[in-house]
Amino acid sequence: MINTTSKGLDLESIRSQFPALSLEVHGKSLVYLDNGATSQKPKVVIDAVSHFYEKENANIHRGVHHLSQEATARYEEARTRIQKYIGAAHSEEVLFTSGTTGSINLLAFSFGELLKPGDEIIISAMEHHSNIVPWQMTCERKGCSLKVIPINQAGELEMESYAALLSDKTRLVAVTHISNTLGTINPVQKIIEMAHEKGAVVLIDGAQSIQHMPINVRELDCDFFAFSGHKVFGPTGVGVLYGKKELLDEMPPWQGGGDMIAKVTFAKTTYNELPHKFEAGTPNIAGGIGLGAAFEFLEGLDMNELMRHEQQLAQYAEEQLLRLPGVRLIGEAKEKTSVVSFVVDGAHPFDIGTLLDKMGIAVRTGHHCTQPLMDFYNIPGTVRASFAFYNTMEEVDVLVAGLERALRMLI
Amino acid sequence: MTLEEKQQSIIDEFAIFDDWMDKYEYIIDLGKELPLIEEDKKTSDRLIEGCQSRVWLDTEVKDGKMHFTADSDAIITKGIIGLLIRVMDQESPETIATADMHFIQEIGLQEHLSPTRANGLASMVKKMKMSALKAISE
Repeated sequence: MINTTSKGLDLESIRSQFPALSLEVHGKSLVYLDNGATSQKPKVVIDAVSHFYEKENANIHRGVHHLSQEATARYEEARTRIQKYIGAAHSEEVLFTSGTTGSINLLAFSFGELLKPGDEIIISAMEHHSNIVPWQMTCERKGCSLKVIPINQAGELEMESYAALLSDKTRLVAVTHISNTLGTINPVQKIIEMAHEKGAVVLIDGAQSIQHMPINVRELDCDFFAFSGHKVFGPTGVGVLYGKKELLDEMPPWQGGGDMIAKVTFAKTTYNELPHKFEAGTPNIAGGIGLGAAFEFLEGLDMNELMRHEQQLAQYAEEQLLRLPGVRLIGEAKEKTSVVSFVVDGAHPFDIGTLLDKMGIAVRTGHHCTQPLMDFYNIPGTVRASFAFYNTMEEVDVLVAGLERALRMLI
Repeated sequence: MTLEEKQQSIIDEFAIFDDWMDKYEYIIDLGKELPLIEEDKKTSDRLIEGCQSRVWLDTEVKDGKMHFTADSDAIITKGIIGLLIRVMDQESPETIATADMHFIQEIGLQEHLSPTRANGLASMVKKMKMSALKAISE
């Protein structure tokens, strides 16, 4: 199952660091191609989490005792590591959240408080529900309107329509960096530049990009960048909202509670500084530390080399899948990441996914939390194979053979 | 046949399959064979939206017996619907309301009736039972 043909990439050694990759499912070696939903975890991340609970567990930020200070130091080291990894100017620009959904909801509420009736928010037709619904709620609450950048049949944003949607009323543009369903890599640099010309701020939903490419928020010049820990080889229940300091300072707190205050009196409460202003209550301390370990792990790898390998996997998968009769790719953008979404004439995605599962192959089927996108393509859902750098060419072969077998049964 | 005997006959049929492949081939064939619901009855009020597959259920009470027809856009779901209907159709509302559909577990398909599976089947069985309870109360 191991392919070491990609130059310089020691897949065998990489795979050996992910315990779940050697699992068996239904008596077969697991072929894990559901990385768009969540990634598997390297041993260093698992160890960092259990080490925290065994040796460092205490509540952070307010304890004078040794263990609390240790825990605080580990948690803040993780923040600084993430700050450096994404190229943020200050560590307080990195807010810990519960994940991408938590990050976007924080922004939609807090930034939303600065909006007035008639202001406009722009999203795109390929957004995940978590980058649609929070903005719909903001629009409802504040009397703003939501505009949607359309896509073409290949699954690329219509940039001319975007230009036409931008106006002096646009306050925020929230687009995904990479579509979780189509794999399209959006021209975010251009999107950000165009929004800034109109004085609007930009949120990039990086849930599907940070694990696939180097990210530098200052080079991108995005105002906000959201991602989940669990999709980038870290623990579940932790994520990040990066925001430019001057914007975060301007925004009101979202949730009230401990840690986010400077002084509480019944007459008036004043709020803590960044990042604490946005981090009420005891956070997911172990998760934050585990996420720090995930980025430390990634620092030891060559992201550009991993990207090339993932591209090869996806390209090979697309070629092989298209040899089977009735297979149609959904998402054929020129710029694509290692997501291969497809439908097969005469076979329902759910049936395909169920049979592949029996063969030990984990793919995702359904609408991938992008129902408007399914409506656009007029399909009930797709089968999605999403690759990570630890996947192999042989696993692609297993997928294709498995699909062939499933289709013989179904059609 | 009583509801219990019908369940047992399905368990016996499935006993001959020694691997998942044969079992699913059989379910798929069931799904292909059964035109379970008329097209004009596939209306939104009969639709149960699962995250993965869609299920339509139509319920009638005739001469003190429950009559079910149902359908799905996914063939495996449809095959399992065929099995559920074989057991539950033409039974009294009292029998349906208290029925323990243990055969699904015994033939190793319980995952399909788990609420987490989101294929609409768990909601379908719930709706069948609710309609039986409604028939009892009327």
